[in-house]
Amino acid sequence: MALEIEIDGKKLTVPDGSTIMDAAHQVGTYIPHFCYHKKLSIAANCRMCLVEVEKAPKPLPACATPVTDGMKVFTHSDLAVKAQKGVMEFLLINHPLDCPICDQGGECQLQDLAVGYGGGDSRYQEEKRSVPEKNMGPLVSAEEMARCIHCTRCVRFTEEIGGFQEIGMAHRGEFSEILPFLGKTVDSEISGNVIDLCPVGALTSKPFRYSARTWELSRRKSVSPHDGLGSNMVLQVKHNRVYRALPLENESINECWLADRDRFSYEALNSDLRLTKPMVKQDGRWIETDWAAALDYVSHGLKDIIARDGADRVAFLASPHSTTEELFALKKLARALGVKNTDYRTRRADFRADALQNGALWLGGDVVELAAAKSVLVIGSTLRKEQPLIAARLRQSVKKGTQLNLLALADDDLRTDTHAKLVVAPAALVNALAQVVAAAAELKQESCQLSLDAVSISDEARRIAASLSEAETGAIVLGNLAQHHPAFSELLLLAQELSRLTGARFGLFGEAANSVGAEVFFRPDQGGLNAAQMLAQPQAAYVLLNTEPDFDAHNPQLAKATLGQAKMVAALTAFRSPELLACADVLLPIAPFTETAGSFINMEGRLQSFNGVVKPLGETRPAWKVLRVLGNLAQANGFDFSSVEEIRAEFAKQLNADRVTGLDNTLKTDAAAVSTAVAAEGLQRLGEVPIYQADALCRRATSLQQTADARAPILGLHPDTLREQQLQAGQTVTVRQGEAEVSLTVGEDATLPSGVARVPTAHPLTASLGAMFGRIDIVRGK
Amino acid sequence: MLSQESIEKIDRELAKYPADQRRSAVMGALRIAQTEKGWLATETIEFVANYIGISPVAAYEVATFYNMYDLSPVGKHKITVCTNLPCALSGGYDAAEYLKQKLGIDFGETTSDGKFTLCEGECMGACGDAPVLLVNNHTMCSFMSREAIDKKLAELK
Ligand code: SF4
Ligand code: FES
Ligand code: FES
Repeated sequence: MALEIEIDGKKLTVPDGSTIMDAAHQVGTYIPHFCYHKKLSIAANCRMCLVEVEKAPKPLPACATPVTDGMKVFTHSDLAVKAQKGVMEFLLINHPLDCPICDQGGECQLQDLAVGYGGGDSRYQEEKRSVPEKNMGPLVSAEEMARCIHCTRCVRFTEEIGGFQEIGMAHRGEFSEILPFLGKTVDSEISGNVIDLCPVGALTSKPFRYSARTWELSRRKSVSPHDGLGSNMVLQVKHNRVYRALPLENESINECWLADRDRFSYEALNSDLRLTKPMVKQDGRWIETDWAAALDYVSHGLKDIIARDGADRVAFLASPHSTTEELFALKKLARALGVKNTDYRTRRADFRADALQNGALWLGGDVVELAAAKSVLVIGSTLRKEQPLIAARLRQSVKKGTQLNLLALADDDLRTDTHAKLVVAPAALVNALAQVVAAAAELKQESCQLSLDAVSISDEARRIAASLSEAETGAIVLGNLAQHHPAFSELLLLAQELSRLTGARFGLFGEAANSVGAEVFFRPDQGGLNAAQMLAQPQAAYVLLNTEPDFDAHNPQLAKATLGQAKMVAALTAFRSPELLACADVLLPIAPFTETAGSFINMEGRLQSFNGVVKPLGETRPAWKVLRVLGNLAQANGFDFSSVEEIRAEFAKQLNADRVTGLDNTLKTDAAAVSTAVAAEGLQRLGEVPIYQADALCRRATSLQQTADARAPILGLHPDTLREQQLQAGQTVTVRQGEAEVSLTVGEDATLPSGVARVPTAHPLTASLGAMFGRIDIVRGK
Repeated sequence: MLSQESIEKIDRELAKYPADQRRSAVMGALRIAQTEKGWLATETIEFVANYIGISPVAAYEVATFYNMYDLSPVGKHKITVCTNLPCALSGGYDAAEYLKQKLGIDFGETTSDGKFTLCEGECMGACGDAPVLLVNNHTMCSFMSREAIDKKLAELK
């Protein structure tokens, strides 16, 4: 039913259940508010939004008053203005009046509304209360809690969006205080949003605090370079330096949020680990050189090696965090040189699906569609740590009735209800998915098109199959762990079959900002080697674009050994790293995403372009320019582009408006057989990539590295496994994979299936170990 | 952390609410925990929160909101005197003063032998019986004249 309402004389109709605030938004009338936020529940505790309503005996809070038919609202009447002034006077009773020294000054809602709606002075002469500071962790500062106006936005955010109430309001009345639980910090992977939500200077950004004033900063649009969601951001810049990252609202992508790594990874941009000059290794020693010499070195090196060993012994590896234009230009260079070996999938182990793929793998739809699906099955994903904002979005979907089903490798707390889940050891993942497929086939009374061995179907598998089959809209998504799994192709085939049987669509979470761009533009050419082959079979020369072999490889031990045998390794990188210094022969300093224009294609296939926001640091240059020079030095045609737009124009035919074409998750399945046998000996490693080790930027972001999520990896074992192995939590043991051994602290982790050893990869402590999955041994007698 | 008996009592509280509204049992559960432990230490609150499946800070909010939860150790007998208006008009302050004098402590303090803690309380809904005081959160004592107080304290020894 539609209701008629009149706001300040403007008539409109709104749907039943709307509040006066909703209606006011619809006609563009601003009603001052603090506690109201469109993404949070209604608290109605600040009273700033009082308005006059005809026939109501007193002013009513617009955020919490439902519209009734024929209601007449006055937002500027004498009564409303008097109420707003009164509320403001109360709010300021205990609030410090020292805006000039407050970090929030200039972007403070309380400051703005006090100017717009407050009186000129206060009748309050008594003492103001003081509130001790709180420790919320390395990202959010709660240093000035006397500024808090108890709107509880931060509290509601952690509970409703973050899924776990990490902040609370203790005591009552005049003694109320906002705090985390005693001795705890705020550890959510999306905690930084409370800084934006806090309408005053109580919660501020710890890394940014007191480093600049908001009006000194220029605001430039950009796109997050981390996960495949492609969150929109605003980067704030002063003196050619990025000072802060804030969300740019995009309802269909990141809504109004940012994950902490999107928000705080900028710290790495200004770190002294940046490579600012080209460097060449001579007789085992690194010397700084100029661009001409370095490029000449690379160009000649490649030319000589190609002449002597052949172009098929040259490998180009790029990180999917590189821009589309960089990947396109590098591919073009590869083709000009006759190099077929190009790949970005350095963390993948299984490439058998390559032969079956009909196109580039992607999410299979939009994120909004995923969130709207009535049933979702997530396979092999840590979800919260891989896709923090999608996890938050699905949490909201679950509240609206979506059934979230999981095939997981650990029973991590996703801070949401799940409908059904199977938590299995890595070696049993294919079997678990096969159970769901078999259950769906039974349910639909159809035969399975894959030749599957018999599986015994568990009840949970049946529940998952039923959930997907019965839902009007369903989605099946393979996460990073599934993509890194040694049986990824089986998982894909099974997902496709499950999708066929249940009508749910299937796809992949994009691990990196440009996974889909790299999938479209940087897979090996026909007959070329894939990333695993390039990193297992020594090639004569390697060109690495933003790739750090010790952290980005499925098997870093093997990758390092293989690269060590090359005649030449040329690395285009924004950072110096011990491993690159060890394995490379030449380092070319290239611009990170803030110092060059470019684009990322997110997991939906949406191309989002951005401009550089600051000048390249030192002698750093955008990679596309470096590649242009390398193309010219090789006397190749078509390397005269003078902007990223020109490069983009070269692949314009692969774009349909802002969407890239050629995306197709279907596989050729003729005679595809899937073995569901669960074979594993000894302890199996579960080697996920920790959230803040995923890419070069967050690895070097100092504040992120101090969070709970960045704690040094431990050896996680189920209590039963601990007992079997006769180990105690807290003890230090040596684990071995292949040749390498590392010492790790043992931790009890009841979320794991037994027989699994959770040892994260991509971390300095574990980078000498082998594959992310597979056998791992605990060495005794040491 | 808590005795089997307390856990059973908490389970009984939980059973009063629908399975998806376990948080409703937080007040009862904290009361039971406090009765066993004497007061609510941080670890006790965390244990109760985890047991009923809410976040620790949510339980802490409740524990700090209500006066009858003690967040620091109290004496063997906690005496809470009502000083709200109706009591104040009928001898509430006198009763409080007398107690302070007799016990040698102020509001919020505990006698050195650890026997008595004195607290200032809010209306207990028994204004007609003023002055009133509450012993150990559970026993209401009405018409607490000096003699009645003497008698009560002697009983509580
Ligand atoms: S800290 Fe900020 S967001 Fe949280 S309640 Fe106080 S004013 Fe509101
Ligand atoms: S915005 Fe309505 S009461 Fe706070
Ligand atoms: S005022 Fe003391 S009991 Fe009501």
